[in-house]
Amino acid sequence: MSTAEASSGNRGGFLSRRRLGKWTLNTFATAAFIFVLLPLIFVTWLSFYSQEIPSFPPDGYSTRWYSAAIGNSRFIDAFWLSLRVGVIATLIGLALALPAAIAITRFQFRGRTTVNNLMLMPLIVPGIVLGIALYVFQVETEIATGIRMLSSPLGLIFGHTLLVIPWSVRLITASLIGFDRTQEEAAMNLGATPFVAFRRVTMPAILPGIVAGAMFGFVASFGNLELSLFLVGPGRTTLPIAILQYLEWRIDPTIAAVSVLQILIIVVAMLITDRFVRISRVV
Amino acid sequence: MARIELENLSKAYGDFHAAQGINLDIADGEFITLLGPSGCGKTTTLRMVAGFIEPTGGSIRIDGKDVTARAPWERSTGLVFQNYALFPHMTVAQNVAFGLEMRKVPKAETEEKVVSALQLVRLDHLADRYPRQLSGGQQQRVALARALAFRPDVLLLDEPLSNLDAKLRTEVRLEIRSLQQRLGLTTIMVTHDQEEALTMADRLVVMNEGRIQQTGTQRELYDRPANAFVASFVGRSTFINGRFKDGLLVTDGGLEIAVGKRLSGSGMMALRPERVSVSSAPVDGAPNCFPGKVEFVSFLGGMTDVHINLQGGDTIVAQIMNREDEEAALKRGDSVYVSWPPATTVFAAANAV
Repeated sequence: MSTAEASSGNRGGFLSRRRLGKWTLNTFATAAFIFVLLPLIFVTWLSFYSQEIPSFPPDGYSTRWYSAAIGNSRFIDAFWLSLRVGVIATLIGLALALPAAIAITRFQFRGRTTVNNLMLMPLIVPGIVLGIALYVFQVETEIATGIRMLSSPLGLIFGHTLLVIPWSVRLITASLIGFDRTQEEAAMNLGATPFVAFRRVTMPAILPGIVAGAMFGFVASFGNLELSLFLVGPGRTTLPIAILQYLEWRIDPTIAAVSVLQILIIVVAMLITDRFVRISRVV
Repeated sequence: MARIELENLSKAYGDFHAAQGINLDIADGEFITLLGPSGCGKTTTLRMVAGFIEPTGGSIRIDGKDVTARAPWERSTGLVFQNYALFPHMTVAQNVAFGLEMRKVPKAETEEKVVSALQLVRLDHLADRYPRQLSGGQQQRVALARALAFRPDVLLLDEPLSNLDAKLRTEVRLEIRSLQQRLGLTTIMVTHDQEEALTMADRLVVMNEGRIQQTGTQRELYDRPANAFVASFVGRSTFINGRFKDGLLVTDGGLEIAVGKRLSGSGMMALRPERVSVSSAPVDGAPNCFPGKVEFVSFLGGMTDVHINLQGGDTIVAQIMNREDEEAALKRGDSVYVSWPPATTVFAAANAV
């Protein structure tokens, strides 16, 4: 009897300690979550204010800033440019990242780690530095070859491809490392050539990594400001630059509405992708 | 189905010889097991037969055709991987159909063959499941069905049972063996588990340090091991060192053991624990009868292992049947006599000079 009591007492102590640990973990997780979400919540809230000059508390609520955002041709043009540049840069980035990731994970060669780290450079170098470097590079190239690069779509796409590569190389590399290569051997044992084995067995397995890489790369391109500042031309601006230019003159909640729309588009895109490919397993 | 001939097959990585001078002739329908500790070259040999490792010397013939230079996908070997390597995004039926699809077998025929392959392993009711929805034992059977569905010339098994729990292992062992015999499949299995090897194969190949140590039936390896490694790896042995003289092995402790073999120089002999008799008094006329003290007793159910310390410090292990009479059981410290006929010495050899 007494031993039973003692042991149940011990178990209680252990359980209450576990409960305390769980409670602490939950508190910190919630705090972090709020920290991340708070700005988004405020922007969303602001976008529904009815008055032009943001002040607290709001006079009332309206959706007129959304109509203003959608009706503004500068924003719409900028949105389409950002979308086109993002999609093309992502496709080019993926086409370069997949072979690079395969080489990094599967071949032994001199300077493999260096190559791997170089691939991440665009993430590490400040965007503004990268922008200046690209600008100078384009000036020099244009002088040397006569090909028009400065403020051309080509130059912009080139720059944004650099933003896509680190993300897609990283995520594809990660999924290739996690892939069990005996599956490829099994396919070859069953009569598949290495190419067929890669297409039929490896590709489906690393697809979540590729899609996640594309997604992150696209978001990096779509939201980029610093790099693009040097690469856009007159009358041709990306959405973040259009937002910046608008803010230089006015501070009405149109900007908040544009931001909310941008966030919504990205969230919806991610949710749809996740339905088909479980990218949440990769990142 | 086909005969497999390995001739002087070797694989070297720089100075390291993973496999060296492997000669093996496997008859049509024969089940061969490569047995040895990890790193002995058994997996290297299997992978050379499958085509995943390019040999640095020698040749592989399957069904009389030299396949040494052929790529894995140009050979007809069905390999069951240790981790099964099922394709997770394909159903059981799609996995099994893969080999047929690669060989461009017409669709109707493929379906028929998939069903019959799954029936062989009694999994036809799970054809639409995905591998992750199956138990380990079921996945293992899918891997087997996938390897058999396209009717390969040979079946290769790479430690096929190592990921199963002990009870299932015994079951699957019998199942694979009976399937192999029914289909008359030429089979090479790789394992480090001697029990697995003893129960499944027609012939065993014991390997160590990249070389074949001995090839033979279970009985041959057990009763007549070619060297000390085989004597220790297949079954258990007690080793006694000493000097050979006039058909005797004289130990450092002064025991004179008849080995039934005339040898000279220093060397060793090996003895199987179950061939040693233990008694409380010396047995008249018994050969090799020595006094000793029980050092350690371990009860194994039907049997008991008794470690007995002989004069001069040698310890031998005797395995004795347990009787109903518990009182008669040996205890630590008991004085006993051991004896064994010279002919039961499984191995005796002088050290190479």
